[in-house]
Amino acid sequence: MTDTALVSAPPADRARTGRLVVTVAVGLVGLALLLAPFLFQDVRAGQVAARICIFIVLVASYDLLIGYTGIVSFAHTMFFGLGAYGTAIALKNIGPSWGAIALGGSAGVAVAIVLAALIGVLSLRVKAIFFAMVTLAAASVMLVLASQLSAITNGEDGLVYSIPKLLSPATPLLTDADGKVLKVFGVSMNGRIAAYYFVFFACLGLFWLMTRIVRSPLGTVLQAIRENELRAEAIGYRVVAYRTAVFVIAATIAALAGILWAVWLRYTGPDTTLSFAIMIDILLMVVIGGMGTMAGAVIGVVLMSLAQFYLKDLMAAAAAATAPVPLLPHLLEPDRWLLWLGLLFILLVYFFPSGIAGTLMKKDAH
Amino acid sequence: MSDYILRLDDVHTDIGQYHILHGVSLNVPEGGVYVLLGRNGAGKTTTLRTIMGLWRARKGAIVFRHHDITTLHTSAIARLGIAYVPENMGIFGRLTVEENMRLASTTGRFDETRLKRIHALFPAIERFWDKPAWSLSGGQKQMLAISRAIIEPRQLILIDEPTKGLAPAIIRAMIDAFREIAADTTILLVEQNFLFARSLGSNVSVIDDGRIAHSGGMAELAADSALQTRLLSLSLDAHQ
Amino acid sequence: MKTGMTLERLGGVNLLPIALMIVALPLIGSFSSWATLTVAGLAMGMMIFLMASGLSLVFGLMDVLNFGHSAFISFGAFIAATVLAALAAWMRADSVTLNFLALFAAIGAAALFGLVAGWFFERVIVRPVYRDHLRQILITIGALIIAEQLLLAIWGGSPLPVARPAILEGSIILGDVAIEVYRIFAFFLGLTVFVALYLTLNRTRIGLLIRAGVENREMVESLGFRIDRLFIAVFMAGSALAAMGGAMWAGYQGLISASLGGELLVLVFIVVIIGGLGSIEGSLLGALMVGLMGNYVAFIFPKLALASNMLLMLAILLWRPWGLRPAITH
Repeated sequence: MTDTALVSAPPADRARTGRLVVTVAVGLVGLALLLAPFLFQDVRAGQVAARICIFIVLVASYDLLIGYTGIVSFAHTMFFGLGAYGTAIALKNIGPSWGAIALGGSAGVAVAIVLAALIGVLSLRVKAIFFAMVTLAAASVMLVLASQLSAITNGEDGLVYSIPKLLSPATPLLTDADGKVLKVFGVSMNGRIAAYYFVFFACLGLFWLMTRIVRSPLGTVLQAIRENELRAEAIGYRVVAYRTAVFVIAATIAALAGILWAVWLRYTGPDTTLSFAIMIDILLMVVIGGMGTMAGAVIGVVLMSLAQFYLKDLMAAAAAATAPVPLLPHLLEPDRWLLWLGLLFILLVYFFPSGIAGTLMKKDAH
Repeated sequence: MSDYILRLDDVHTDIGQYHILHGVSLNVPEGGVYVLLGRNGAGKTTTLRTIMGLWRARKGAIVFRHHDITTLHTSAIARLGIAYVPENMGIFGRLTVEENMRLASTTGRFDETRLKRIHALFPAIERFWDKPAWSLSGGQKQMLAISRAIIEPRQLILIDEPTKGLAPAIIRAMIDAFREIAADTTILLVEQNFLFARSLGSNVSVIDDGRIAHSGGMAELAADSALQTRLLSLSLDAHQ
Repeated sequence: MKTGMTLERLGGVNLLPIALMIVALPLIGSFSSWATLTVAGLAMGMMIFLMASGLSLVFGLMDVLNFGHSAFISFGAFIAATVLAALAAWMRADSVTLNFLALFAAIGAAALFGLVAGWFFERVIVRPVYRDHLRQILITIGALIIAEQLLLAIWGGSPLPVARPAILEGSIILGDVAIEVYRIFAFFLGLTVFVALYLTLNRTRIGLLIRAGVENREMVESLGFRIDRLFIAVFMAGSALAAMGGAMWAGYQGLISASLGGELLVLVFIVVIIGGLGSIEGSLLGALMVGLMGNYVAFIFPKLALASNMLLMLAILLWRPWGLRPAITH
């Protein structure tokens, strides 16, 4: 399909084409992530690939709330962090075993579920905006607790720990005749590969689960509530119960993503899990990709992750070029990349509120 | 033309994606009570809200005296001398009765003679003068809503189903009040209650499915039971 | 039942801050510490009240939750700090007049910025997305991101020291209780603003319109008033109050960093939720409770100050889902 076909085709065709483009893009991303260790062999790219996997799950679970249900929560990093900290604390104190991951992870998930249910029941029954405020307050309290209770969390410095032997880089998975690590297509078959595929397949499973959830009867009810809360209530749906349920589901998935993140990074601290900056990242990703579409999460995460690397390089060049002009170089500094992203974000929300995936797949603009 | 205080010409109104009014035309003469009858969902409230500028006509024109008010801001329409009593009465419950009345007066002051007249029409207004409006009963709230509309001389008062949910005794008091108000003001009254409408209206239009199905004198409609049955079987149903 | 009615007559929920003070005294143990903490809590509460009242009114009247509110707070703080630094000579002068001139110039500059920025925000950022809560939240967050980045671009990332005028330095000693002068000033400034707001809302026609608008915007328009002009006026006033609160906070802290607005926004939200949306009495009540609670708990369990306010909020939400004194419950 060419660009002209996109522009001149009638709306239904255009939507079909758009859907095709989105599907192909998501498929390519999936393929690239599947083959990432072989395609991108430097360490940094490996980190980016794993981060993309985990954030796709995190952002898609957030989209269950904001896109599919129309509720704005700022506590998503809190649940993410609970999963990560649960795992990290167990690995640190029990030692690098699968049992520690299971124990710590399920403790983190359990706390996330209890907190989500509590917050949901308390504040989802009043105005939607209340909920945004309450979750923001809860998330900042969790952030403060994580940095203050340093006996358990090691405060701002965070926790460094070992992970089960199978997943650590020093472990050879396959050896050649000489007992050295076997290389396949130039890639060492060590624990790092195992760790990546552990993350990849776990994320794939969670993502698949979410695509099932949004197509299930629950997903249909949630969209009915989002479209018209009063009508849904009148038909007899218990809106608060449904909303609380989806909030708990999203929190659970975020906590599970947190477990993977803790295992992959071998480090857990406030800045990697709980910080408000990550919450902003999630918001930007979901809006840029497209709220209310699982494909949007994939597109948003990939684009933002690439932008985080390349936009900064571009801005550094621009800042150097405009050095003699007052103030402008300050605005173009790589550290100010959020400024431009914020601007882009506002424009998107004004003009393309359904994001990239949503805009491409929309039947007609109304 | 000049003897009509309000004219609607082929007015179409959409609410969201729904097309509610499909070309409503009305000619409301100066003075008296003009009744707009119709069943639930026929477009009565939408007609009033479109006149008031609370919903916008997509097509057609609304002319008040010599002013084309189709695209005017709601507040500008109100300042031309049109008062609106919505179906939910629009009472400010946290304000006192006095504050409700004060807001309705352009200057924030009261004309003593008008106030006396209102107190005579609705003694409850005087009795609850400094009480919060939420403490009034349903009928008293309706009286307050109507008092707000007449605290100043108005050209036209739009009233949406004032009898809804009121006891018969209060409806009888309402009829007397409306007769007195209509002596110097034009009232466009939306009703489902045909008996109430018949006792007040001089002219009547029947709206159905977003179109005017009939317009004419009230006496004529009241006398012609065949016409009533044809036009109003629906609205009489709703009156059980 | 009978005690309930008596309590209601004595002021009902308005007694909560006093109850909090009474409960705190035995827990803290020392009267002088308690008195110092109480004054600090009241002063802090009043500053947070400045920030919260605007947000609450804007919310009540316009149904807009403005995350950009925290940007007004931060900018107010940084502008005040800059003005105070520029007027350093007046600040150090041994003249009460010059001291106060410098201080009022700083607060005035912050408030002026708040008015202008509020006008811009209402017109450009918020107006296109009235009645669309999701996009409203997203857009104001976008604006918040941009504002924070601008703040960093202008003032840099390192914390900025804030000078206090000589007259507000030091403490008054009453017996064995030391009370910082600045706190007394902050308390009375906040109280003055509250009284002014209260009188405006309850004794003037514009206040009558605002109270009516909080309940039913459409009816206010149907009575012949331009609600959009009311919106912009309230939005500007609310932003100016937030910037003033930020300016006072700068002097209170003595050292400010770019993250201040975001941190305070959390407290402001807690206050608005506790107090109930749309009412300045509720905001005052909530702000005083949050200020007192924060200071008491910081003394008893230093690490749990913010968490305690969160617990306070949860408890109040359980008890009264709409807050203590809401102006809207729909």
